Amino acid sequence: MSRTVAVVGASLAGLSAARALREQSYDGRIVLIGDEVHPPYDRPPLSKEFLAGSASLDDILLGAPDDADLDLEWRLQTTAIGLDHLSRSVLLADGSEVRADGVVLATGARARLLPGSEGLGGVHVLRCLDDANALRADLATAERLVVIGGGFIGAEVASTARTLGLEVTVVESQPVPLAGPLGAEMGTVCAELHAAHGTRLLTGTGVAGLVGTDRVEAVELTDGTRLPADVVVVGIGAAPNIEWLARSGVALGNGVLTDARGATNIPGVVAVGDCAATWSVAAERHVRIEHWANALEQPATAVATLLGTGAPAPTPVPYFWSDQYGARIQFAGSRRQGDDVRVLEGSCADHSFLVVYERDGQPVAVLAMNQPRLFTRWRRQLRTAVPAGS
Amino acid sequence: MIPVCPTTALPPGEATRIEADEPIAVFNVDGDFYAIDDTCTHQDASLADGWLDGCAVECPLHASCFDLRTGKVSGPPAKTPVRTHRVLVQDGMVYVLRGHAEDGAA
Ligand SMILES: Cc1cc2nc3c(=O)[nH]c(=O)nc-3n(C[C@H](O)[C@H](O)[C@H](O)COP(=O)(O)OP(=O)(O)OC[C@H]3O[C@@H](n4cnc5c(N)ncnc54)[C@H](O)[C@@H]3O)c2cc1C
Ligand code: FES
Repeated sequence: MSRTVAVVGASLAGLSAARALREQSYDGRIVLIGDEVHPPYDRPPLSKEFLAGSASLDDILLGAPDDADLDLEWRLQTTAIGLDHLSRSVLLADGSEVRADGVVLATGARARLLPGSEGLGGVHVLRCLDDANALRADLATAERLVVIGGGFIGAEVASTARTLGLEVTVVESQPVPLAGPLGAEMGTVCAELHAAHGTRLLTGTGVAGLVGTDRVEAVELTDGTRLPADVVVVGIGAAPNIEWLARSGVALGNGVLTDARGATNIPGVVAVGDCAATWSVAAERHVRIEHWANALEQPATAVATLLGTGAPAPTPVPYFWSDQYGARIQFAGSRRQGDDVRVLEGSCADHSFLVVYERDGQPVAVLAMNQPRLFTRWRRQLRTAVPAGS
Repeated sequence: MIPVCPTTALPPGEATRIEADEPIAVFNVDGDFYAIDDTCTHQDASLADGWLDGCAVECPLHASCFDLRTGKVSGPPAKTPVRTHRVLVQDGMVYVLRGHAEDGAA
């Protein structure tokens, strides 16, 4: 009997794993299990072009013409509910199971909900296509939007809603938005885009609750302020989809715990993408990276681990981008609290710059706004400068 | 024929963009010039801002690769090729013939 690899989660990381298996000459059976109705699609446009209406579903599908050659066995609209690590079987909600020699866990993450917002009309999160369609429809007739959370997705939704002509307020509980990924100094610089484009940004303010019976009418802040709202978007982060593995014996933390090469504690089981907390040699801890480029690149290494070919894959430097108010923000590398920030090109005031984060005089990360060419060079340079294995 | 720049203004490894409704990117690969549509066919990025690797350019946003000679996708996520345009060098000047594919297919 030929070998079987089961890939659980049919989005960017899962599809990339299937492609990597074939690229690495695996010719056995590949079963791709995903709980969504839609074939794999790209999520970043959901807060950008797709939400604005300038990209269609067709434009954002991940499938490529030669994917037919991958010879995949698709199990869409199928939820995995467990993993038996002894027989290495994936248990499905319909009661059937897929016995496999290798399993790739790629179930991604889901948007965190605001407690108490369940069932209230006009309140949205944004993670999947159905969320984006529902939000788009609601924004079409709305006048006032309140976005809870000033992270990347919140900022992008705010920006898109402004282009649709809405009055927008962003509420951020921290003193500075994006301080986690970018540091307070550059978080402040990026957050200036809101005011420059007519979005009201309230920082250091918590949300006490939502007001409304069937449909949301306002957001109440902890200081008592009421912000009237026709639509509310909750953008307060994402949680890994790992509950289905609770009794599987797979070690879990803030994600499926893996070593630097994607291996879990169970032989023949690897994890990739937003659901995986991968050991980082540089950070000396497990890091769950929720970026598109990670979900694209990580599977090649994990698949090599699964196949036992062990070919050392080049260590990708973490990279993400964000499009807000017509500005393109790009970041690569690993930033830590205390890193020095140096502007190498342009100026923050002009919303066109490149800054380098330095630790002990060495560049460790780079951030650019509207400087794609220079950024690309720096990103390359970081790739070669970072020691292998980190 | 669109005049681009003197050959000296576009050294090997460099790229420039011809601004237009449909901008064109022109590259110098070790003394050979290539021109392709500047806008990546995946989403919205300028390929003149990309990374030149031999006869391929890598998109600065999501790293799709295009072969400068044929416009074909040599690395995902892009699925559609970019159009190529013929380049002429005359008297030290670089010119692009818009709409004339490099391989003669037009
Ligand atoms: C609105 C939005 C905008 C974004 N913008 C950017 C950006 O600008 N730049 C950037 O770098 N990144 C961005 N990202 C992040 C990027 O999209 C993710 O990092 C990427 O999608 C992760 O891919 P993944 O395959 O690991 O997980 P996911 O895309 O989350 O896919 C996991 C899949 O598994 C399915 N699944 C879950 N549980 C089960 C189960 N038990 N059984 C079967 N199937 C299951 C899910 O339904 C889903 O289809 C954005 C994300 C969102 C939501
Ligand atoms: S825009 Fe070029 S690869 Fe995505």
